Amino acid sequence: MMKRSALAVAFVLGLVGAAEAQTPRKGGTLRMTAPYGSSFSALDIHTSVRAQDGIWAKAIHRTLFNWDSDKNAIVGELVKSITTSADGLTHTLKLRDDAVFHHGRKLSADDVIYSMTRLMDAKKAYAGARWARFIKGAADVEKGTAQEITGLKKIDDVTLEMTLTEKTNPGFYFYNDNTAIYPKELADTPEFLQKPIGLGPFKFVEHVPGSRIVADRFDKFYKPVYLDKVIVAIMGEAPARDIAFRNKEVDLSILGPVQYVAYSEDAALKDGIIEVAEVFTRNMGMNPAFKPFSDKRVRQAINHAIDTDLIVKRLSRNKAYRAVSWLPLTSPAFDKDRKPYAFDQDKAKKLLEEAGYKDGFEFEWTTSQNESWGLPIVEAVIPMLAKVGIKVKVKQIEAAVLADTVRKNDFQAYIWSNQTGPDAMAVMNCFYSTMPQTNCNYVSFKNAAYDKVIDEARLATDPAKLNALLKQADGILYEEAHVWFFNYNKAAMAFQPWVKGLQANATELTHQYPEYIWVTDASPVK
Amino acid sequence: MLLFTLRRLLQTIPTIIAVVLVIFTLFSVIPGSFVSTLGDDGRTVDPLVMERMRKELGLDDPLHTRLATYLGNLAVGDFGTSFRTREPVTTMIAKRMWPTLQLVFAAMLFAMAIGIPLGFVAALKPGSLIDSASIVGAVSGLALPKFWLGLMLMYLFALKLKWMPSFGYGDGDLKYLVLPAVTLGVSPMALFARTTRAAVLEIMNADFVRTARSKGMSETRVVTWHVMRNAMVLIVTTIGLQFGGLMGQAVVVEKLFSWPGLGSLLVDSVVQRDIPAVQGTILVIVLCFLAVNTFIDVLYGVIDPRIKYA
Repeated sequence: MMKRSALAVAFVLGLVGAAEAQTPRKGGTLRMTAPYGSSFSALDIHTSVRAQDGIWAKAIHRTLFNWDSDKNAIVGELVKSITTSADGLTHTLKLRDDAVFHHGRKLSADDVIYSMTRLMDAKKAYAGARWARFIKGAADVEKGTAQEITGLKKIDDVTLEMTLTEKTNPGFYFYNDNTAIYPKELADTPEFLQKPIGLGPFKFVEHVPGSRIVADRFDKFYKPVYLDKVIVAIMGEAPARDIAFRNKEVDLSILGPVQYVAYSEDAALKDGIIEVAEVFTRNMGMNPAFKPFSDKRVRQAINHAIDTDLIVKRLSRNKAYRAVSWLPLTSPAFDKDRKPYAFDQDKAKKLLEEAGYKDGFEFEWTTSQNESWGLPIVEAVIPMLAKVGIKVKVKQIEAAVLADTVRKNDFQAYIWSNQTGPDAMAVMNCFYSTMPQTNCNYVSFKNAAYDKVIDEARLATDPAKLNALLKQADGILYEEAHVWFFNYNKAAMAFQPWVKGLQANATELTHQYPEYIWVTDASPVK
Repeated sequence: MLLFTLRRLLQTIPTIIAVVLVIFTLFSVIPGSFVSTLGDDGRTVDPLVMERMRKELGLDDPLHTRLATYLGNLAVGDFGTSFRTREPVTTMIAKRMWPTLQLVFAAMLFAMAIGIPLGFVAALKPGSLIDSASIVGAVSGLALPKFWLGLMLMYLFALKLKWMPSFGYGDGDLKYLVLPAVTLGVSPMALFARTTRAAVLEIMNADFVRTARSKGMSETRVVTWHVMRNAMVLIVTTIGLQFGGLMGQAVVVEKLFSWPGLGSLLVDSVVQRDIPAVQGTILVIVLCFLAVNTFIDVLYGVIDPRIKYA
């Protein structure tokens, strides 16, 4: 009896201990790393499109909506609730009444209107204008023919009516960092560029250009915040990041393919890796203006001729998921039953013969030096294509020039990594026939059956029906094989054992909402 | 000497003009622009925003218009506004200048403190163990890639010995400066050792040294008074050239160690085609190089009074 009681107590104590271990601890410092370059672009997040800037922006700013990594969906952030009109165009947004700017003033609907109008400033080119333009009348402000966005109406201090030009979930637009809500009285002062003020869980302390951004906990944030301080250290060099991580000088470090293998095989580090299939699809785009690529059978042959699994395993070192079609694994419209193109060079040869290319052909493949979706991959593919008679002439260009080259349609084929989420509808819209090539229809895709499905999807109100239609559209892309479906990026980030509350953010793993993160007292930063 | 200094300063003007024109032309003709680099990480960028940006930044203006604007602004000390940060380039450079100078001065100090005595000792005992060791050390120091050397130093002194942090700037503390400065300083240290050794060896065999010895002057006095002083002209020239060179070489070291200097500013500015920032940064590096070398020219007369300024 005594023994049984002791065991029961031990069990309860064990549970309490476990619960205590999981209870977030207040205090401590999180040392994040910004791995995409040796600086941040600007402290005005409205101007930025770079993932690097989103890292600090998540700490200091807030947007109307956010990405919930657990639900893998868009959720309200500054927006507490949303009511949509019958036509699906007008949304009544109820804002939080407890959101406070770092200088002490409460958020008001005026700040939202101001921020959206600022994005459309006719004299400035803010990157966030891409999203604000979906609000009715925003384009007129952009053109300079109106001063106010007609699609935004303040009902009261915490209620706002937003009319869009398209029937869509506004969350997909206004979760982007470059639509952050600014305080209307401060955002256009010169000081704001040096010392941004936002609604985020941390307030800006300092920016040492080329080295770090430091932010302290903002006690008036509307959710519990555990950390005292967040430091975002700029560390563009992967080997240096590796040493700093192993030396416990940083708490989080994004891993490249080489480090991913090393960390996965290291007993001391392998349990400290968070992985997620990011919404990026690596692919070889084929230009239909180049005669052989205008034939679907040739494009399919290329997909069959390449041993994609082998490349993912050997070159990507399994730090990628084999791509099946265009939409990534994390997309709600991803078809789990679809099988990727099989590696079958005989079938590839047969398809080429049917298309009139029995003796193969030669094409120019434009590539950057990128290790994950650039020259090393191209070099591995060349001998595979050679086996079915296709010769490749490599055109190597700087990564900075790749986007320009593709948008100018100045290629026969390119290899790139393209954002394919989280808004599946927006992603699939890219291949609608009327979508300009420069927008995102880089392979000039035109298909009447595809357009029909997208037209239907645009009218769908039921999310399940919408996903089914998008899945169908993705099937057409698979069949048409306008690209070689290479892989979906598997982002991997190493974290120290004392860091808790990380999120597997499929939109960008480095973009962590720091209010959910806490550190145990094992953290070396006291 | 004042006239000489003024003349040397005037001589730098054509160099500066040439540099300005070369940088401007080069970055106007290379493919890609700030706008085209947006979305190079695969994120879709709005063509309308890109078009507005091109207009706002004046990227579509004819080359001669852009050049005229640039030169006009430069004449009044305005380096333009950064495309990326939308800050004045002069402000950006001002923030980054001190860390770079700290790094370069520390690297030079390290290089001179070790390289010059090492070269001297090696030359005084040619063929000895220390001479052979200094030659091997000098060749290795010159051959080691900075990126690799930096990583090895990080690995040894930060990760294994825990003596100092592996990266960062801290609040400008000395402990953050040591590793980047040593990484940057090893190559000039090797060069100083070799240059000093060669200069001293040559002077040791000169007639005036032989005469001094034959007059019964002590070896210490011969070395300190005659050899060292004469060797300094060559050594100081090398120091001047290296100082300018280090400002450029700091690019690799600053990026590796997350050091907030001009080098890391330059790297991202080039990659993202932030032309005003690139032009401004290179110009400042060139100006520093010219200033140091003008100072060195003036210094010759102090070291060796036989050098006259006509």
